[in-house]
Order: sequence, then C-alpha cells, then structure tokens
Amino acid sequence: MRTRAVHAWLMLLPAMLLLVAFTHWPALSTFVDSFHSTAKAGRPSVWVGLENYQVMLEDPVFWKAVRNNLLFATATIPASIGLALAMALWVNERIAGRAFLRMAYFTPTVLPMIAVANIWLFFYTPQYGLLERLTGLLGLPAHNWLGSPSTALAAVTAVAIWKEAGFFMIFYLAALQSLNPSLREAAAIEGASRGYFFRRVLWPLLMPTTLFVLINACINAFRMVDHLFVLTRGGPDNASILLLYHLYEVGFSFWDTGYASAITVVLVVLLAGIALFQFFVLDRRVHYQ
Amino acid sequence: MSSMHAEPPAYHAPTWLDTLAAWLLALLWILPLVYAVWTAFHPSAYATRFELLAPLTLENFARAWQAAPFARYFLNTAALVLMILAVQLVLATLAAYAFARYEFRGRNVAFALVLVQLMVMPDILVVENYKTMARLGLVDTLAGIGLPYFASAFAIFLLRQTFLGVPKELDEAARVEGASPLQILWRVYVPLARPVYTAFALVSVSFHWNNFLWPLIVTNSIQARPLTVGLQVFSSVDQGVDWSIITAATLMTSAPLLLAFLLFQRQFVQSFMRAGIK
Repeated sequence: MRTRAVHAWLMLLPAMLLLVAFTHWPALSTFVDSFHSTAKAGRPSVWVGLENYQVMLEDPVFWKAVRNNLLFATATIPASIGLALAMALWVNERIAGRAFLRMAYFTPTVLPMIAVANIWLFFYTPQYGLLERLTGLLGLPAHNWLGSPSTALAAVTAVAIWKEAGFFMIFYLAALQSLNPSLREAAAIEGASRGYFFRRVLWPLLMPTTLFVLINACINAFRMVDHLFVLTRGGPDNASILLLYHLYEVGFSFWDTGYASAITVVLVVLLAGIALFQFFVLDRRVHYQ
Repeated sequence: MSSMHAEPPAYHAPTWLDTLAAWLLALLWILPLVYAVWTAFHPSAYATRFELLAPLTLENFARAWQAAPFARYFLNTAALVLMILAVQLVLATLAAYAFARYEFRGRNVAFALVLVQLMVMPDILVVENYKTMARLGLVDTLAGIGLPYFASAFAIFLLRQTFLGVPKELDEAARVEGASPLQILWRVYVPLARPVYTAFALVSVSFHWNNFLWPLIVTNSIQARPLTVGLQVFSSVDQGVDWSIITAATLMTSAPLLLAFLLFQRQFVQSFMRAGIK
C-alpha cells in the first residue's frame, strides 16, 4: 500500500509542482505584493499596508473600468446566451440550409480574437467601413462608432457577443440532442403549443446547460479583453476600458506592480466568488439529470 | 426569441418566420468574414467597392507576407502549440491516473488544489508570472509563454472522469498478466480515452493558437512572438499600410484553424461539446 501511495505521488508530482509554481504561489504572492510598494531603481519594495487599495479607491479609471465591466457583463451574458439558445433550437430542427447555418454561427468561435478585432475594426471604420455604408444607405448621419465615448463600449460589446454566441450554441445543441424524442411526441398528442412546450418542458430540462453556460459567460466577461488592444485601447478617454485591460496598463505600461497586484486580487476574488457561488449555491439547487 | 412563442402550434417544423430569422442571423454572423475575404482577395481600389467582376488577386497576401516576419511567427505558434499540447497530455494523463485509480492520503486535498486553476486562470496572474519568468530568465522564450499552461486542471479533470469510467476488471486482468502500472496506463487507459484526447487536443490547440494577452506581455521580439502578437504589432504600426494588406494578414493568421474547422466541422463541434460536458 505504501509503495502505491508513493507511485501515485510520483505521477502527480510534475503537474502539482507546475500548478503550485504558476497558480497557487502567484495567487498568494500577488496578495502579499498588494500590501507592498512597487520596487524602483535604488528603492526596494516596502510594506505599505492598504496604500495600494487606497490608490485603487481613489483611481477614477479603476471605477470606470468596474462600471464598464459590469455593463459589459450585463449585456454580453444574457445576449450571448439568448442568441445561443435560439441558434441551437433552429439548428436542431430540419430547417432549410441547416449545415450552413451551423457553420455560420460557429465560425467566429475558432478565429483568434485579435484577428476578429481587425476585421471588426474595418467594419466600424468611419466613412468607408461597411457599417457606415449600411447606415448611409438608410440615410442615417455619419458616426464614429469606436471613436465616440457614447458608443465605444457598445461597439466592443457587440464583438464579444458575436464571438461567444456560437460557442455556447454547441452546448445547447448537445443538450437538445440528448433529450428523449418521446417528450415531443407526447406534447404533440396533448396538443401543447410550441411556447408551452418550450416553457414547461425544454427550458427546465435545459437548466443544467444554461447554468454551465452562464458560469462560463460570467468568467469570460472578466477575461475577454484581447479585442480592446485593436479596437479602442480602452478609449476614447477610458470609455471602453475593462478591468483586465486596466490591470495590463497599470502593470505593463506604467510598471506599477504594487497597484497592479491589488487589481489582480480584486479580479481573483471576483472569479473565485463566481466559481464558489456555482459550486455551493447553483449546483445544489439544480438536479434534473 | 419572440418567434418561439408565436402561433401556430405546429412545433414539429420550423415556420417560415423561423427560417427567415435564422438566415438573417446567420448572414449577420458571416458578414464581417465575407467582407474580410472580399477585401483580402481584391486590389485595394475595390476594398469598399463591391462590383461582381472586380479582379481577383493574391497580391495582398504576398505583400503582407513580405511586410512582416510571418514565417517566423507561424513557426513560433506551431512550435508553441505543439509543445504545450504534448506536455499537457503527458502530465495530465499521469495525474488523472493517480486521481482515478490510487488511494492515498491527501488525494482529495490535492484534487481540490488542482481545481483551483479552473477559477484562477493563468490569464489573470500575469503580473506575478511575469516576475517569475524574469527571475528564471525565460522572458521572450517559447518556454516562458508555455510554462503557466503546462499543467492543465481542465485536462486532468476531463481525463480523470474518463479513467473512472474504465472497468476495473480490465485493469486487474492486465495486472495479473504482470503489467506494471505505467504499462497498464499506456495499454488499457490511454487507448480507451482516445476520443477525449482528440477533444482536448482540439480545444487546447485552438485556445493557444488564439491566445494573446500573456504572449504579448512575455515576448518582446520576433524571437518568440506568436502569430496573434505578430499580427497586432504588424497592424498597429500601420500608418501607410492599407486595409487590404491588414485584412490579408488577418485571414492568413487564422487560415490554418479556419481550414481545419471547415474540413473537420463535425469533429470540432463534437470535441467542444465533449470538453464542455462534465
């Protein structure tokens, strides 16, 4: 028995060492660093207590990023899940051009976000971008979608929804295909309307999938920032800045690692909170399968 | 979604309204891509002029290829993606086998520690991991980009689930025949889990092919820069570079994945499904 335990630990060891080195240890040392000043030439880092958090609370850009990120999350999460569900319901039927539809919905998922952002940048370009030409045809006035503070966040949000919906569609499609066809036949015999069938049968049966997708959408809402590097760089005037992008700027443009650690702690707490909420609250309530 | 609540009650076939809505959405979804393809394959004079008989050209691709070291970027990305996948598979297979088939003190704690990575991903811990790479002298190397991803909690979790489903009798039969634990793993478990390996491989390759933030932070020369970062560097020093070339470069960097996806659509979709469902 002892030798089996030794074998087990030997097999675990490489993965465990790397996990400790690049997940657990950095998570803990970020926490410690967030109470220290940033080391500069000739001035080593010293304990500063809550000063970095004080800086954070007084940093208007941080609050802007929090506000934007919450708006980004409340727009992308329901929109991408709703669209994903609609896509899956359609593609699951014998609809005309089914293979094409599925391909069209899913393609954005396999493209790099950076590439996607380049394409959308062109799409949004003032004057000769496709969007301008379409709105021009409708007689609408010219508008700089990415350049105006009022629409920059909405423009980057639309890209995120476009990228994500097809990905979530896959999970709904898998769930729909695993449903028992007799449910539908029974509903047909009973003469239940389509809306009724969806509300009373499909939606409850899809609940575990919805929760899985929901958690992923929440996590992505705080993790997806690649497109900002191309589309807006968080601007204009921080109108489209998100938390992780702000973290990047503080940590790697201003090299203020003390403050960047404090922002990381906020992000880690947020993401861990989402995961724990799923584990302790949602998973215990949902048991359909 | 409103169309779903619409009459009539014939829910066996999609109504014409469904078909219309589904097609409109699909066209909207594919439009930016079609637009990009149009721009990349036509001379820049036609970038925003849509004429059916506009001349086709590959010149944008040729010029993009010459304007930046894309060959090197392709090489870097290919090496990076394969290296990460190979290490991930080996480490996760060993760890998953230990979790699935061995009883030992601290197993549950160790498994919980693995799962921590599912919520605190390397993508977030960039500041600290950058310091580590600087200390190890691995800034601007492929190893530096890959290291935080080598141990994948997701792969360990996925393979453990699969290994738990392998009948113990097979395991015991092999042991009676005198096979060592590693031989059993290699000859019994790994072959049975092949679809899961394919699924994980596709997900991992597309994730790391597309990954951007961490490679951007940890690289600073063409030495180690992957395609995504190379593309961003190329298109952000644009002044004077025209759209047709940027779009060609964009399509070029996505082409391998896009082509693989179009050819193996079914496998892709099934793999993503398999990887997502616990």
